[in-house]
Amino acid sequence: MEEPCLIEKSELNRLIERLIREGFLVLGPRVEDSAILYCEIQSMRDLPRGYRDTQEPGKYRVAESNGENYFEFNLGPHSWKQFLFPPKQSVSSCKKTDNGWEFTTNVDSPPKFAFLGVRACELAAIEVQDRVFLEGPFVDPVYQARRESTFIIAVNCTVAASTCFCTSMGTGPKCKSAFDLALTELDDGFVVEVGTTRGRSMISDLNIRKIDREHASDSQLLQQRACDQITKRMDTSGIRNLLLENLDHPHWDDVAKRCLSCTNCTMVCPTCFCSSVTEVSNLSGDQIERERQWDSCFNVDFSYTASGTVRDDVRSRYRQWLTHKLASWHDQFDSSGCVGCGRCITWCPVGIDLTAEVAAIRNTPFSNRTLPVIQPVSKAACAFPKDFKP
Amino acid sequence: MGVFKFASCDGCQLQLLSCEDELLSIADAIDIVHFLEASSHVEPGPYDIALVEGSITTNVDRNRILEVRKHSKYLVTIGACATAGGIQALKNWGDRSDYLRAVYARPEYIETLSTSTAIADHVKVDFELRGCPINRLQLIDVILSLLADRAPRTPRHSVCLDCKRRGTVCIAVAQDAVCLGPITQAGCGAICPAYQRGCYGCFGPAAQPNCDSLADWYLAGRATPVELVPLLRNFNANAPAFRECGDRIDPFLDSGGTT
Amino acid sequence: MNAKPDLTKARRSSEPWHTFPVTIRRVCAEAPNVMTYDFEFDNHSDAQQYAFSPGQFNMLYVPGAGEAAISIAGRTNEGRFLKHTIRTVGVVTQAIAKGGVGMSLGLRGPFGTSWPVDFFSHQLKRDVIVVAGGIGLAPLRSLVLFLIQHREKVGSVRLLIGARSPEDVVYESELHEWSENGVEIHVTVDRPSLNWRGQVGVVTLLLGRIAIPRPQSTLVMTCGPEVMMRYVAKSAMDRKIPTENVWLTLERNMNCAIGLCGHCQLGPKFICKDGPVFRYDYVRDLLRVQHF
Ligand SMILES: Cc1cc2nc3c(=O)[nH]c(=O)nc-3n(C[C@H](O)[C@H](O)[C@H](O)COP(=O)(O)OP(=O)(O)OC[C@H]3O[C@@H](n4cnc5c(N)ncnc54)[C@H](O)[C@@H]3O)c2cc1C
Ligand code: SF4
Ligand code: SF4
Ligand code: SF4
Ligand code: SF4
Ligand code: FES
Repeated sequence: MEEPCLIEKSELNRLIERLIREGFLVLGPRVEDSAILYCEIQSMRDLPRGYRDTQEPGKYRVAESNGENYFEFNLGPHSWKQFLFPPKQSVSSCKKTDNGWEFTTNVDSPPKFAFLGVRACELAAIEVQDRVFLEGPFVDPVYQARRESTFIIAVNCTVAASTCFCTSMGTGPKCKSAFDLALTELDDGFVVEVGTTRGRSMISDLNIRKIDREHASDSQLLQQRACDQITKRMDTSGIRNLLLENLDHPHWDDVAKRCLSCTNCTMVCPTCFCSSVTEVSNLSGDQIERERQWDSCFNVDFSYTASGTVRDDVRSRYRQWLTHKLASWHDQFDSSGCVGCGRCITWCPVGIDLTAEVAAIRNTPFSNRTLPVIQPVSKAACAFPKDFKP
Repeated sequence: MGVFKFASCDGCQLQLLSCEDELLSIADAIDIVHFLEASSHVEPGPYDIALVEGSITTNVDRNRILEVRKHSKYLVTIGACATAGGIQALKNWGDRSDYLRAVYARPEYIETLSTSTAIADHVKVDFELRGCPINRLQLIDVILSLLADRAPRTPRHSVCLDCKRRGTVCIAVAQDAVCLGPITQAGCGAICPAYQRGCYGCFGPAAQPNCDSLADWYLAGRATPVELVPLLRNFNANAPAFRECGDRIDPFLDSGGTT
Repeated sequence: MNAKPDLTKARRSSEPWHTFPVTIRRVCAEAPNVMTYDFEFDNHSDAQQYAFSPGQFNMLYVPGAGEAAISIAGRTNEGRFLKHTIRTVGVVTQAIAKGGVGMSLGLRGPFGTSWPVDFFSHQLKRDVIVVAGGIGLAPLRSLVLFLIQHREKVGSVRLLIGARSPEDVVYESELHEWSENGVEIHVTVDRPSLNWRGQVGVVTLLLGRIAIPRPQSTLVMTCGPEVMMRYVAKSAMDRKIPTENVWLTLERNMNCAIGLCGHCQLGPKFICKDGPVFRYDYVRDLLRVQHF
């Protein structure tokens, strides 16, 4: 990667203008409905300049401070997932004709997105969803169409919320990869790192200065400040086996007493990918859209089968969420399903904190364990003759 | 299809009326017969679908619903009154004569049961369509499904799921609002939170709701029982999950009195 | 890592939602509430490009009602017809039963893993024991036909069928032909009728009784209720058949069948893409966990 450079703050406006000129839909943070959301932005005026947020389990507040900075806040309830994997999206449709049904696969042409203000944990989350939607045996056409053209301007965090724990998950707070451009906001400008040639050419007509030693050290200090503000920790050592060996731990009953099974944590989580397709029919029933909507393992009917519902109590559903995020995700996608963004902690209506639940299980070894250890099965051993044709 | 009215406000029938044209245009075979008056005689069907609105509050009604059941292939209850007793179920908590004196000038002419109960407490119900009022799209879907002889697939998940799908900021978390969304069944499209109001629980309890946990969280600093109990004893007051939770935290019930 | 995702790894970027139009051409009653349907591809070219392995499944789609995962029971009429045996249980399956011959519907597939059919070779000539519980014979039917077709690659083939009552035995009309083609068939029922002269009891008892001369090179492939399959596996173990020789198929709620919707998860496994056919020892521990 090349040397970082420096731009005046107002140059960001010119970058936004250029992106818009080149046909991008620029999405970035904006104060709306008492939160900082990701919405369409036209210029730097739309950014939450001087706003700060405070977060704790089940509580979020945003307020104006006397600061001048554009990015001195952390994550809100929105994540970039809503653009790449829309909450509602038609995947196919069909029409009744004289010769039976005619099926079409919907290929939409989404706008080219430019994300402004993607944090390190969010870059990691996008990479996690890339593995889910693009690297399996089947590629998701909806995600692919959006992801391919997306231009990413990352922002290094200079502050952290009490719910952040990216340091435990190894995803932040510094943006290391997966961006086109990355900014660090100083008092008198942005330090710009270039991640791709596409990013390089996008800033070609900005007034770029070489970065001096002072700016470099300021940038370091601010990033260190964010690091130092992170107080939440999750011990991830051996976490996969810890959870899968404790599927019968009494603590699941404890959390089931508090959990509402309301789905909020899975909705705000930037990596959760579950969905259901529903039939949207016109009145005469001869024109049908198959609409894919976000769904969640916290819903009772999610695991319904004709011979019974598999996860028929809150205990088993909370266990599914936690073990999927932190344990079985490793088997499925070679990484954790949690990037440490803390959204599920803030936006749980009863303030359930997954790091505390994991700690509770870790700290109370369950002696009369009835379950065998579920051995990780290496990918190779599972390889199966896929191409066989009789 | 017969439409039968019991004790209710007519809100659900209005929803039905507003989609009758659509229903008629799609199924020529469908013939809608209304029985508005409580006294009206039940035509011996048979009805393919009986839509029942309202709750059971009188002895006459109790017998009438048995008749309706006898003549119907599918009996579908619509709205909070029919599915949970409605707002009039509040009288289940109060002394009946107080209510009567407050509402009617000559209470001695009024003959009522001491309770307002859901239709399902009296006869077998094939499908319950929740809401106060019901959602007209869901109603059309239910009727279309039944006409095709298939079970309707009305979702049973929480309001929160729809709230998040439409991108609303949670007002419980961001504004300390008291919102019943996490324990309430979706169907309304999560409208109230989108207008900065907490969910009132119109569609009744979601599948396997954890009302106690939510109530305890709100009671720890955000609301008093006096504020929370009426919220639970709303249109779906007599739905078991809401009723039990409301009774548990009701400070007056503990001391043996009534609200 | 790159800001632009690497798409070269994608093995199949074609349209996973692509749906073939098909029409029901024949319906044959198998058991109470169970029917076998022959689906014909409306487009000849679809039939030509469609290829499946025994054990895989399709998503059958009734517009307006939804999709259901159904195993492929076989293929007939020069490949133009696909056979599915379906129990009528809910929205989609009722719609199919009601539709009957001439009904037009959609089909996506084939999906999932297949029975380990390339484990058979002229050199090894493994013995096979196929164990079916009720309608669980459906995904095993194409396997049995495969074994008959490749008789020279296998040793003995035994088919053990367990059903609730004699009338619940599916493919009854074909069993005779299979046995003439060298498949040894045993049927047992839980509730015999008056004129039933076969065995009575659970299917695992049969497994305990038959001769297994070469357990090390005997394969067991089973489909049926989950409890039944666990007992089959246990009996196989008791008979000294190694766990890695036991294969089964699993069922969970399915919505997408392409590994993207999350519904079918069983711990680390996605039934739709890692299964539905699994080697028993890869899922044994997962099956022991309640409500997983
Ligand atoms: C890999 C696989 C192979 C199968 N093969 C066969 C077969 O050959 N023959 C057969 O009769 N049945 C088979 N089933 C079961 C069949 O999928 C269900 O019976 C069917 O989905 C029920 O759909 P429904 O709409 O009629 O039922 P409803 O009860 O109305 O179900 C509603 C929805 O729930 C889901 N669902 C319900 N039951 C199941 C289930 N058992 N498995 C997965 N999803 C379910 C589906 O999304 C379904 O559309 C198979 C299931 C799987 C997973
Ligand atoms: S953990 Fe919290 S947000 Fe998640 S389902 Fe439970 S109550 Fe809802
Ligand atoms: S599990 Fe929670 S902390 Fe982890 S990525 Fe999801 S929302 Fe963020
Ligand atoms: S935690 Fe639940 S909702 Fe999230 S990806 Fe896993 S199964 Fe899906
Ligand atoms: S506002 Fe209410 S309905 Fe919406 S997510 Fe929050 S608690 Fe749920
Ligand atoms: S059925 Fe959707 S992931 Fe398996």
